[in-house]
Amino acid sequence: MSRQPPIKEWSAGAHARKPSRPVSAERSSILIRNAHIIDPASGLDGPGDILIDQSGIVAVGRVPARSKAGQVIDADGLWLIPGIVDLCARFREPGQTRKATFASETHAAQASGITEILLPPDTQPVVDSPAMAIRVQRIADQTGGLDVRLIGALTRNLEGEALAELSALRAAGAVGVSNALAPVRDSLIARRALDYARGLGLTTHVFAQDATLAAGGCAHEGPVATRLGLASVPVAAEVAALRFWISLVEDTGARVHFCRLSTARGVELIESALARQLPVSADVAAHQLFLTDQDVDGFNAQCHVQPPLRTAGDRDALRDAVRSGVISAICSDHQPHEIDAKINPFAMTEPGVSGLETLLPLVLELIRENQVPRLDAVARLTLGPAGIAGTGSGRLAPGCPANLALIDPDCEWTLDPARLRSSGHNTPFAGKRLHGKVLRTFHHGREVFNAVDP
Amino acid sequence: MSPELQIDHHGRLRHLLTLEGLSRELLTEILDTAEDLEKALRGPEKNVPLLRGRTIMNLFFEPSTRTRTTFELAAKRLSADVLNLQMSSSSTSKGETLFDTLKTLESMQADMFVVRHEASGAAHFFAQHAAPGVAILNAGDGRHAHPTQGLLDLFTIRRYKPGFEKLRVAIVGDVLHSRVARSDIHGLRTMGAAEIRVVAPPTLVPAGIEQMGVTVCHNIDDGLDGIDVVILLRLQKERMLGAFLPSMSEFHRDFGLTRQRLARLHPEAIVMHPGPINRGVEIEGDVAYGPQSLILQQVNHGIAVRMAVMAMILGQTDPAPRSGKRRLRRRA
Repeated sequence: MSRQPPIKEWSAGAHARKPSRPVSAERSSILIRNAHIIDPASGLDGPGDILIDQSGIVAVGRVPARSKAGQVIDADGLWLIPGIVDLCARFREPGQTRKATFASETHAAQASGITEILLPPDTQPVVDSPAMAIRVQRIADQTGGLDVRLIGALTRNLEGEALAELSALRAAGAVGVSNALAPVRDSLIARRALDYARGLGLTTHVFAQDATLAAGGCAHEGPVATRLGLASVPVAAEVAALRFWISLVEDTGARVHFCRLSTARGVELIESALARQLPVSADVAAHQLFLTDQDVDGFNAQCHVQPPLRTAGDRDALRDAVRSGVISAICSDHQPHEIDAKINPFAMTEPGVSGLETLLPLVLELIRENQVPRLDAVARLTLGPAGIAGTGSGRLAPGCPANLALIDPDCEWTLDPARLRSSGHNTPFAGKRLHGKVLRTFHHGREVFNAVDP
Repeated sequence: MSPELQIDHHGRLRHLLTLEGLSRELLTEILDTAEDLEKALRGPEKNVPLLRGRTIMNLFFEPSTRTRTTFELAAKRLSADVLNLQMSSSSTSKGETLFDTLKTLESMQADMFVVRHEASGAAHFFAQHAAPGVAILNAGDGRHAHPTQGLLDLFTIRRYKPGFEKLRVAIVGDVLHSRVARSDIHGLRTMGAAEIRVVAPPTLVPAGIEQMGVTVCHNIDDGLDGIDVVILLRLQKERMLGAFLPSMSEFHRDFGLTRQRLARLHPEAIVMHPGPINRGVEIEGDVAYGPQSLILQQVNHGIAVRMAVMAMILGQTDPAPRSGKRRLRRRA
């Protein structure tokens, strides 16, 4: 699939686009031989070759020995997967460049095998107008090397009171709309917004958390929050909001994607909605599949996230849902912070994890621990999220854009926050032993990351 | 939770952040030290020169008169230099972070900070970031802990009802928002209390509190049945607006300690309250100063207990020179 055509608006042409690296005139092709190819779309999970160039994937499977390529890579013992599609990563630009920038986070994404990301609209200012969408897209284009898709604001300034210009946002490239972490308190506005988005064929991304039930909470309601005296977010905050939005889906038929599930009861609701063939989908943040409310103990601010870390039972239900496909995408929920954001008493710290660089390693742990079969796990990072984003990527078929990652699945390493490429070093996984590293990332046929001979 | 933060590798108290994780031996040592100091305070000369030359800063981010006063008095009785800093929210509105506040005050060569803050975990935060040799004494952090109140409650109970193993204790009132309740529960559990009951309407009981080793009761008559110690909690009226309770009078009707309810208690049972009391809400005026009430004794014991903790943390439980070396090392 190709990038959306340039927007025919004066502002798009008014600013010169400067690609970060010169586009070479000749099409240099790359042949990767003897890789273990994992492509959920075709079901391929075995040895093969792949021939790519900048126009896309040329051939997959057994590429004849006589094929000519500008570069040949022997990938014996390595895994080759479609480039990862991350449904939610915040790059903090514009507005919060003290936390991160497009340059730093793009590099971190490339080094993590991610070739496509969706940006939520809660930048400063909010992406609630075509002008802002164009501005952000331009920053992305100037940085280059990553497919950046925008999620437009559902309501103006995310205030939940008036609809944003959804059609104009779509024309400016938005692949979905969302109120991000901000609530739509007025039920009628929520219903109209969904209905309006449906008319435009836009998927609405909903972070389902009842704002009044969750008010002021920073930890899962349960024994740990009680012992630590932390204001809590009950399970019902997620369940009540899911029920509400699902009933609007039943009414309107609008397509809704539920972001960052955290509870077993939430999983049940999605499962039953899917069984009734409602047009819904759901994702989970990778850290929710590994951490629980116990990790908050000792006031560990790195584990201050929204939605809060729940119980081991919830985590297991989320893993089951990833395996069964009720949850069809795992995202990084990347929220890089400057160091000061986590230096405060727990409730006063800013929630969020710098997640780009742990997304793939954590999913590889799920495979190693036999929690999720290999093809399914890879699907949750590629085909699943690409389907939700509607971008047609996340697959290794001839003609598709040549976005892929080459992984050494056995490389063992220890996470050192100081060595993260992201500007945000806020990770709860410091010191964790992980397996699997990205060796090369290809974006539209060009190598954008290389750990082998950098 | 992280006992290594408040205990050094010799098993001695480095900070006091919470009673959770402290051993029965250590709690007993604190209570015994407080007994010695309390006896000393009864004499005509009330000052003990244990902490002469040491500097203790009272860092109160929440308004408080009585707790701050008892900490101040305790430090003065130990001959320490005391500074009271009323850290209103103005310091944060000027843009100074808690971390910067700590570092600034640390550079004034304080030996101990007595900290009260509205955020749970604030004392842990200070302890994690304090320079070596600077001690943190938690004077109440959010809903999390108020360890010296817990200790003075243990002290009072031990003095009037010796033998924790046989005691049934009821904690009545707003447990949800209460750091006192949490510290009392940890302390009583460690000392081996036979039963700890939490008595409150469901809206004021935090989820999963049973896992702290208590039983929950929503009816005061059942809750007080067979009880030896009643600890009443202060109901903060301003917090009750969020529909925790229909009215103060309804709370008094259902959970207040009235004369009739007191009459049904064992005659030897004792009544405690961390203060300040709301007459006619959690307690009837007659009961507050009745023969079974130890509310005023608690205040008095608070000074001795806080002296004991300060002296133990700063390494000087007796005037003998055994801690001289430690002191030098701290200063180095």
